[in-house]
Amino acid sequence: MLGVAVTSGNVFSQERSWLPLNKDKVHDPMSPALRLLQQPGEALSKLPADTAGNQVRWVEALESGAIDPRTNVFPETKVNVLDLDNWLNTSGSMPVVKFPHRQHTLWLDCANCHEHLFKSKAGANKLSMLQILNGEQCGVCHGAVSFPLTECSRCHNTTFEEYRREYLRAQEAKK
Amino acid sequence: MKPCRGAVAGAIVLLAVLQFLASPPARAEYGDVLINKRSEKEGMRPVVFPHWFHRIRFRCKVCHNELGFKMRAGGNDVLMVDIIEGKFCGMCHNGQIAWSPENCDLCHSGKPGLQTKIFGSHQTGGPGRW
Repeated sequence: MLGVAVTSGNVFSQERSWLPLNKDKVHDPMSPALRLLQQPGEALSKLPADTAGNQVRWVEALESGAIDPRTNVFPETKVNVLDLDNWLNTSGSMPVVKFPHRQHTLWLDCANCHEHLFKSKAGANKLSMLQILNGEQCGVCHGAVSFPLTECSRCHNTTFEEYRREYLRAQEAKK
Repeated sequence: MKPCRGAVAGAIVLLAVLQFLASPPARAEYGDVLINKRSEKEGMRPVVFPHWFHRIRFRCKVCHNELGFKMRAGGNDVLMVDIIEGKFCGMCHNGQIAWSPENCDLCHSGKPGLQTKIFGSHQTGGPGRW
């Protein structure tokens, strides 16, 4: 009984919902296109659930095969994917950031970030949350199209202890 | 004076709580871009570009690397003549991969009077700069 009351009456539980195009205040409700365009809810409700942004876990959607977006339209384009993690913010008061190139390069090409947003040399970039929140650096995408900056722990995802252990293990492996 | 102030403060807190409990009205879908650099001046509705729709079908790198779209809303000078010649949107919107440019209304479906911007969602107002 209590369980039912807690799950059904929880005001914080988030049922996913998407506004229809004629109510989103961005499309003109008078536009003839609204009869033809796909509704967000129709497409997004079938994809892995999230609480933020489009309410879709986009990387999971890609990896699970729920979607299979094209990687290129020109046959000669070289599709780059890099499997490399970088440690960022290793001395801050927030948890360390383990930045995965793989998930980013599934969507993006190297040239989308390098060298104009971030230098390729590890440690050469001075990242700042102030800039990120202002739509620079990671904020070019995060907060605009990829998961928003309300989701602190998705980037600040590793305790200092875990980082230290993994770092030492990597140093050992190099020897 | 004091009880009156208390009542006002109480009312403000109550309103804040009510607003928190009521689901906030979403505006657009996260990542929707409204483009109105020229449309309305040329007598058309502004363009709505939905990122969600396109990323189901294409990875970011297709438009932002192969087709050369800058990652800033309003940062791309795209003319209809470019699209008809097969550049930018016209790489796919050519009647083969996606609908062709003569279906004006399907892209030019935005609410008149809106400025170029990228929209946030039910939680965030979008980036501070775009």
